[in-house]
Amino acid sequence: MKDLGKDIQKIRKDFPILQRQVNGQTLVYLDNAATSQTPQQVIDVIVDYYHGYNANIHRGVHTLSQEATDAYEEARKKIQSHFSIGKPHEVIFTSGTTHSINMVANGFASLLKEGDEILVSAMEHHSNIVPWQMLCEKTGGTLKVIPMNENGELVMEEFHNLLSDKTKLVFCNHVSNALGTINPIEEIIDAAHNVGAAVLIDGAQAAPHIKADVQALNVDFYTASAHKMCGPTGVGMLYGKEEWLQKLPPYQGGGEMIAEVTFEKTTYADLPHKFEAGTPNICGGIAFGAALDYLNSIGMEAIAQYESDLLEYATEQLLSIEGLRIYGTAEDKTSVISFNIEGIHPYDIGTILDKLGIAVRTGHHCAQPIMDFYGIPGTVRASFSFYNTKEEVDVLVAGVKRARNMLL
Amino acid sequence: MTIAELQEEIVDEFSMFDDWMQRYEYMIELGKSLPLIQDQYKTEDHIIKGCQSKVWVHAELDTDKLVFTADSDAIITKGIIAILIRAFSNQKPQDIIDANTEFIDEIGLKEHLSPTRANGLVSMIKQLKLYAVAYQTQLN
Repeated sequence: MKDLGKDIQKIRKDFPILQRQVNGQTLVYLDNAATSQTPQQVIDVIVDYYHGYNANIHRGVHTLSQEATDAYEEARKKIQSHFSIGKPHEVIFTSGTTHSINMVANGFASLLKEGDEILVSAMEHHSNIVPWQMLCEKTGGTLKVIPMNENGELVMEEFHNLLSDKTKLVFCNHVSNALGTINPIEEIIDAAHNVGAAVLIDGAQAAPHIKADVQALNVDFYTASAHKMCGPTGVGMLYGKEEWLQKLPPYQGGGEMIAEVTFEKTTYADLPHKFEAGTPNICGGIAFGAALDYLNSIGMEAIAQYESDLLEYATEQLLSIEGLRIYGTAEDKTSVISFNIEGIHPYDIGTILDKLGIAVRTGHHCAQPIMDFYGIPGTVRASFSFYNTKEEVDVLVAGVKRARNMLL
Repeated sequence: MTIAELQEEIVDEFSMFDDWMQRYEYMIELGKSLPLIQDQYKTEDHIIKGCQSKVWVHAELDTDKLVFTADSDAIITKGIIAILIRAFSNQKPQDIIDANTEFIDEIGLKEHLSPTRANGLVSMIKQLKLYAVAYQTQLN
C-alpha cells in the first residue's frame, strides 16, 4: 500500500483549485463532505469530450455518437468494477444520490401497502427523509426511526427490535454526512433480509473513503454521487440488484426508456435504459468514470489510511482548544469533524474562518434531526480529503483559536 | 439625525479601519451593545427567514417614529443588525421606506458576506422596511 504522505505535494498539484487565493490567503479547502475538488485528469476528460466527441448517445449512426456511446458505456463498466457490481445493467446513471433515492422511493410506491413499515436511521440527510415521508403519505405506510446515541452511533438493539415482518424497506446511510459515523451496514443488511425487507444504502459520504463491494454486502440498492469523489456535479449512480430493478416500474417517461411505442401501449426498454429516460449527463458520466480511475490510481486503501491519520491528528489538535466539543465520536468514522465552541454560534466561527481563507461548512448540514438530538442550532464541520495536509489542519486550528479570541 | 446622516456617520467610522479584522471586531462590539428585544417578542412571528442564524426583530411606534429592537443567536449577525437599527430606528416610517441602503456596500459588508449571509442581510432590510410600510398605513 502506498504511503500518501510522501506523494502529497505531487497529488496536490493535480488539483489546480488548491492554488487559489481566498480573501488574500491560500485556500484551505475543508468542505469535502459537501463536494470534493476536481483533479486536472478529470478536467481534461471533460474538455476532451467537448473538444472531440460531444454527441447524443445510443441512437446516432455517426462516428461522434458512437464514440460518445462507447465512452459512456465504458464509464458504466468502471462504476461496475469499482463497486464490484455483478452486471453493467445493474448500474443506473442518475443525477446524484438524491435522484437515486427518489427513484427507489418512487418504485416502492407500487409495492407498498397500508400497514407496511419503512425504517430509516436517525442520522439521515434531509434528502433521505423526505422521499420516504412522501412515499408513506402515498401508500399509508409507516416510517420508523432507528435511534442514535450520544456518540452518534445507531442503537442497534433498537434496530433489531423495530424489525418485523411488516418491515418492507430499510434505509440508512453508509456514513453520516453530519457526523462521519460509519454505520454497521453489514449487520443492518443481514438482519433486514432475515425479515424479508429490502435495503437501500446511501453511499454518498462513504464512497470517497471506502470502496464498497455491493455483492459481498449483498445489499439491494446502493447509491453514490460523482461530485463527492473528485468527479463533476450532477451525476451519480444507483446500483440495484437485477431482480429489484426488474420489479420496480420506470421513474420517468421519455426517450431511451422505451422499447416500442404505439398509442395503445408502450413496452419499456431493458435495463438500465428503463430508468434512464431522456438524454443523460453524458460528459458527467464519462468524467465520473475518469474520477474513479483517478481515485484507484492513488488507491482507496491508501486514501483511507492517510485520511484516518489526518482525522486523528485534527481531532487531537482541535480538542486542545478550550471549550471545543466534537459531535460524532463513533469508534468508526470517516475524516469529518463536526464541532462547536461553548458560547459561540457556529455561523460566527465559519464567517471568521472564511475571512482566513478556510472553507468549512456551518449550519445543520441538512440533518436537522441530529441537531435537535444534541439541542444545538448547528455545527462547524471540517471534512478532510486525501489532498489535505497536517499543515492545513494547523491553519484550521490557528484559525479557530483566532475566531474564539475575537468572538468570546 | 436623518437616516442619510446616520449612514454617513457609520460609513465614516468604518473607513477608519485598515483591515477586515478590525471591521469585524467593531461589528462584534456593536453586536454586544444592540438594544435587546424583550423576551416576549422572541417568538416565531418575529424571526426573519433567510438567515443561517436566528434573528428576531420587533418594531413599535413611539408617537410618529418607529423603534426597532432585535436579537440574534450569532454575534456577527447581531453586529449587522445593530448597524441597520442604528441607521433606521427612531425614524418616521415613510423615511425608512424611502431610505436607500447603499451604505452597506460602502462599509464593505455586502462584498464580504457570502450569498447565503447576504441573503440574510437583504432579508433583514426587507423586514425593517415591511414594518415601516405596515406602520405607515396605520399612521395614514
